[in-house]
Order: sequence, then structure tokens, then C-alpha cells
Amino acid sequence: MSMELIKPGINIDFVGKMKYAMAFSAILIILGIGSVIFHGGFNLGIDFAGGSIIQVKFSKNVSADQIRESFKATKLENSMIQQFGVNEFLIRTHETFSDQKMLAVNVEQPLGAAFGKDFEIRRVEVVGAKVSSDFRSKAIIAIILSWLAILIYVTWRFEFRYAMGGILALVHDTLIVIGAVSLLNMEFTINILAALVFVIGFSINDTIVTLDRIREIVKRNPKQKLGDIINLAINETLSRTILTSLTVFLTLLALYIFGGAVIRDFTFALLVGTIAGTYSTIYIACTSVLLFEKMRLPKMARKK
Amino acid sequence: MIKSLKIRIAITAVVCLAALYFLVPTFFTQIPSPWNEYFPKEKIHLGLDLQGGMHLVLEVDADKALESMVERMSVDLKESLMADKVRFRRVERVKGAVISLELTEAAGKTALEKILNEQYPDLEIASSSTREGGMLVDLKIKDKRAVEIKKLTIEHSLETIRNRVDQFGVAEPEIIPEGDNRILIQLPGIKDPERAKNLIGKTALLEFKIVDDEASLEEALRGNIPEGDVIAYGTRTDRSTGQKGTQPYLLKNKALLTGASLETAKVQISDRYGEPNVSLKFNSQGAADFERITGENVRRRLAIVLDGVVHSAPVIQEKISGGQAQITGTFSMDEARDLAIVLRAGALPAPVNILEERTVGPSLGSDSIQQGIMATIIGSLFVILFMIVYYRLSGAVADFALIIQILLILAVLAALRATLTLPGIAGMLLTVGVAVDANILIFERIREELRAGKTVRLAVDTGYDRAFITIVDTHIAGIIAAIILMFFGTGPIKGFATTTIIGLVFSLFSAIFVTRVIFEYFTWNYNIKKLSI
Repeated sequence: MSMELIKPGINIDFVGKMKYAMAFSAILIILGIGSVIFHGGFNLGIDFAGGSIIQVKFSKNVSADQIRESFKATKLENSMIQQFGVNEFLIRTHETFSDQKMLAVNVEQPLGAAFGKDFEIRRVEVVGAKVSSDFRSKAIIAIILSWLAILIYVTWRFEFRYAMGGILALVHDTLIVIGAVSLLNMEFTINILAALVFVIGFSINDTIVTLDRIREIVKRNPKQKLGDIINLAINETLSRTILTSLTVFLTLLALYIFGGAVIRDFTFALLVGTIAGTYSTIYIACTSVLLFEKMRLPKMARKK
Repeated sequence: MIKSLKIRIAITAVVCLAALYFLVPTFFTQIPSPWNEYFPKEKIHLGLDLQGGMHLVLEVDADKALESMVERMSVDLKESLMADKVRFRRVERVKGAVISLELTEAAGKTALEKILNEQYPDLEIASSSTREGGMLVDLKIKDKRAVEIKKLTIEHSLETIRNRVDQFGVAEPEIIPEGDNRILIQLPGIKDPERAKNLIGKTALLEFKIVDDEASLEEALRGNIPEGDVIAYGTRTDRSTGQKGTQPYLLKNKALLTGASLETAKVQISDRYGEPNVSLKFNSQGAADFERITGENVRRRLAIVLDGVVHSAPVIQEKISGGQAQITGTFSMDEARDLAIVLRAGALPAPVNILEERTVGPSLGSDSIQQGIMATIIGSLFVILFMIVYYRLSGAVADFALIIQILLILAVLAALRATLTLPGIAGMLLTVGVAVDANILIFERIREELRAGKTVRLAVDTGYDRAFITIVDTHIAGIIAAIILMFFGTGPIKGFATTTIIGLVFSLFSAIFVTRVIFEYFTWNYNIKKLSI
């Protein structure tokens, strides 16, 4: 006997639950957008907003307040100080230390005065206004381009209405991840952007597998109702969808736990994206094809 | 698909051997002598986030280079006009790179045009208008020439920075132009980032100017600066109290000699105080000029100005021949050494601004490597275990292909001299996930076919054939997303995109080629009744 997580012959009416799924997704997305509005926009990291991050590790017990105290009367007085690990802290500021001596005056000297030699500056990142505004526009272009590129590819490989379903799922996943990042008030960094593009790739991966199955069933049985075909396709590929998502999810969990604090935001966004991607493949991408069918979107020539 | 199993086994073997070949330097640091000639030298390059180092993006202010060039031209033009007896009221550089001049005779324009044609081919008249008793003329650099000058400025800056970094001694630095006016610098393993930044970003424009002792410094400080003079500052250390203060100087604006006339510069320890100073040696033209200048200005003070700051202004006692000079000051040994480097490498033609800086200390880098390796091992072990538990022997076949895939990715990284970053490790792990997905897709398909009552051999064939197109589609979609990220990316993100693309290509190879070869080898050669799947 082989192991089976999902029994063969399973038959869940996914298409019938489309309305609930759409409502559920809409609530999540509205929640996310609401959070963005509530927070007054995105909590942009220095990559997109400009500023500096300084990571300092101490060799003795130190509190964020003690560090703040030491920065009194320097340019770091109003910086955000956040614990990052054991006796390790991230100091964030909007200052961009373009002048070489600034860092020495504002960071090394006050820390040295307060903590002697018990600290080590492990990372400094300074992003100026020109680079951050470049990154902002490039980020938006990257996301939209990846949607477009995939829309074109899936249209070419399948049909426009399937591609539309796939893109709807991608936009859905992107919004969910962005919403989750905003809800937790995490910083929107360049890592999050990379995660978003990966989620787009992962989500379309899942969608293509199911779309392929739909196409195969249509070929085998062209007379069947589209709703039934879609249901059958999702059920037949369900075992694979769940298994894959589970492996990817657990691999990511390993990265999240053991990969270190530097890429934790990245892996978190990927974890959320994996769940959203799996859900959207099942409930959004394929079922919405039916919606587009009803809207009579122009059919493009079917290709193999 | 190639029909012959033998050829396919051969392809698999050749690819695997090639991968191992390229990985030899990464895994074995010391290869015994007769053998080391046969192996590549390139190890896998670790990104700055893994080995520590500094990433800088500089912007060259090429407009400034144009402005200072126009400034010099305006000074020369004044002399040319006087030499040709063209009467004018003023010649000066105004905002940006425009020379504005006021001629006192309308006829002067023809004479000006003649001078421009003969001596200043780069300048052209931008606009002119008649004023009572004269003409107002704006001159500018010809557009085509201005573009050329800016381009040259960037190239020259790049060259200068390369020279400085080379002399500073950094292993495997990367200095490349980016966009129109940016320079990307990667310095792995740098210990003192502040010092490196100072060394790279310093304009290092060395100028020799005569101190104007005839005019009153007090008057000048009050705002009455004599024509052709400037005020510059230097630091002054009180010998008795040790306190530092600033010292103003009134200088003749025209630089008599610049760092461009230097042949070399090196650190010397002064005999009297044991303090380091920088000794300069001029090239032959520079030495001749220096001799003439010092000869003409005996008893006056000669200011040594570096980037607008007066370092010292000794009185010229006598004509100095031999082309030697010294910059003294209160330098530390490192400061003197770095100053000698920048003077040898030459001045930057334009000021540079640091737009982006990312520095990772070596301890954080080694922590990141450990965490990356740890995550990779745990993640891979988990996947490997899962496949064996869920798919038994077939899972083991897939695992074998996964290990080949990881080796192939690492080999290509080494062969292409691509860089492995922390997000790159994440990307690699994720493509392992994608390869597992492909295997799951195939195996689920084979199970379906087996349930439908097909023989093992037929089920394997159909499983692979049916899953083939799906797998190709999913991989291409992933590669498309990664390529877009590649165009967008900087440093670590580019690393993520690179390993993802390489990983997806090999995921395709391992999932639909390698595992199939193994399955077919067994199903074709042995009469397998029941597949362990």
C-alpha cells in the first residue's frame, strides 16, 4: 500500500463554493488595504524610503533604552531601536550618512562612550534618496511586468480567459502578502519584493498544473459542462497541489527558523504567499474561469 | 526525447562528471601539484552578505567637472581677450556651465568669434544682446562636446577609483559602471569601511597657490575680496595647548601647479618629530614649473591646498630645483599612507556622492553562512525524508536526482563565477522544492495510471509523457518571473534571481531527464511487476 494523503476519487464541489471563497478573499484583501490606509501607507524600509540601518551586537546585556540614552544629542536621537537577536539590535534612522565622518561621530563615539569596547558594528546599510526612489519605481515595474509576462505566456499556452483567471489569482496573492506585511506592521523591504515575485511564480506554477488538467479533460470529453470539468480537474490534481504546497511550506519553515534574522522577513512573506498561492489556485484561478466564461470574454484560438 | 537509453545514461554521466570537475576547487582547497593544473581555479564566489565586505554605489557629479572646466576656460579667455586687445567689462562663469561676458564695443563680437574659432573650439555663443555701449554675450560648451566630456569624466573616475583600490590592496574588488553616471563598487572582506570610503570618495585635488600677503586678510574676511583672490581655510594646532582651530588664508585663485604634475607620492617619517608626512616628486614638466614658480615667488608663501583645504603654507626661501616637495601636517600613519595612494592614483575629475552603502562585518557574514548551510541541510533532509516515506523507492530515485541538481547548481555558480548570496541559498532551496513538485506531479500521474490498471512500464511512460508539458510550462513561468527580478535586482536580490534561474533549468533536467533514465533502465531491463511508489 502506498501512502495517500488525499484519497483518489475525492470529489469536492469547489466551483459551488466559489461565492463564499470570493467573499472570503475580498474580506482578507479589504482588511489588508484597510491596514495600509490605517498605517498611513506602507512602512517602507530604507531600500524604498531612504535612510540607514545599523546592526550592533553587544557582548553583554544591554537594553534598547540604554542604547537610546547613549544616542542623546546625536543625529540618532530619534532613531528606532529594535532588538534583533540575543544582545543584538537594529538601529533605524531616516538620516543618510553621506558624509564619511558622520557614522563615527553619531554611532561609534556615543556607543564607545556608553559601552566601552563591548559592542561590534556588524552591518551598516545606507540608502540615499536617489537610489530609493529608483527602487520604488523599479519595484512597481517589476511586479506589473511579471504579471504581464505571465499573462502573455499563459494566454499563448492556453486561452485568454484561463490567463485572466491566473492573473486574478496572482493579483490576489500579491495583495494578500502585502496586506499581511502591513497588518503586522513589518517593513516593506527589497526582500519582500523578491518574495512577492517568487510567490507570483509559485502561484502560477500551481495554476498551470490545474489548467493543464482542465485542457486534458476538455480534449477527452468536450461535451461536459465547464463547471464540472473545472471541479474534476481541481479534484484530480488536489493530491499533488496539497503535497507540493506542504513540502514547499515546510522547507520554507526550515529557512524561517534556521535561516537567520537577516532573511526572516523574506521567508515570512514566502510562507504567507505559499498558503495564499495554494488557496487561490483552488478557489480563485480556476473557478473564476467560469465567471469569465459567463462574461463571454473573447475566446482565443485554442493551442496545444 | 532521445530514444536510446544508452545515450541518455551517457549524457547524465557526462553532465554529472562536468559538475564535479568544476566543484573540485570549491571542496578541496589544496590540490597536489601535478594535478592542480588540470582543474579550474574558480571557487564559488560568496556574496558580500556571506563573507563580509562593502557595497557602494557612487554618483559622479559630472556637471561639476564641466563647471570647473568652464571656470578654467573663463580665466584663460580673459587673458586671450586682453592679449588681442578686445575691450570688455567682465568675464565670469555664471550659474552652471555658462560664461557670461560683457563687451564694451559692439565690434568686439567679431573679434571674440575669431578668438573662439582659433583657440576655443569647444565653446560657442549661446546668446548675445546689445547693451548701451556694448554687448552681452553668453558662451557655453557645445552640446556634443559636453556629452563627450561627461562620458570621459565617468571613465576617468572609474579608472582613478580602480587605481586607488588596487593600491589599497583589496582581493577581488569589483568596480563597474552602472547607468549613466553611477559606479558600483564591491569590496569583499574589507576591515575598515570608513577608511576605504575615505580613500575612494576623496576628490584629492592637489593645488599649489600663492598666498596674497599684499592685500589685507581682515578686509577680505569682511567681504572685500580683491579681484582674483579667494579665501581658503586650514587647520591650525596650537603647539602649547594642542587645541585645533581653523586658520583663514587669502590666496591667489589661479592654481600654479596641480596634482596632475606629480610623478609619485610616498610616505616619509620626518626626522625631527617622527611624524609621517607625504613626500611628492614632480614629473619633468612639473619639476621645471615648480622651479620657475618658486624662483618667481621667493619670500612669498606657497599654499598647498588639498580639496580646498590649506594643508600648509611655507615661505619660499629660495628657488627649489629637483622637483621635490612635502606635505606636512598632523597625519596618522594610515592617513599619510592613504593620502599618498590617492595622490599617486590621481585626482577624481569630479566629486562623487555616495548614494548607497551596505557593509557587512565578517562575523555577521560567517553567522549567515552557517545559518544558510544549516537551513539548506535541514530543508533538504526534510524533503529527502518526505519523498522516501511517501514514495518509497521511487522517492529515493527522486532524491538522487535532487542531489545531482544541487551539485549542478553549485557547479554552474562556480563555472560562471556567479555569486552565492544568502537569498541565493534560499533560491536554491526553493528550486529544490520546484523539482520535488515536478516529481510529485509525475509520481501522482503514474499512480493514477497504475490505478487505471496499466502495466508498470506503460504507467511510467504515460506518467512522464503526460506530466512533461505541465512541468515545462511551470518551469518557464518561474524562469520568466526570475528574469524580471534579475533586471530589477541589486546585489543579494540578483543572487536570488540567478540561482533561481539556474536552479529551475536543472530542476527541469533532473526531474524529467535523470529520474526517467533511472526508471526506464529498471523497467526496460527487469520485469518489474509492482512499482514501489
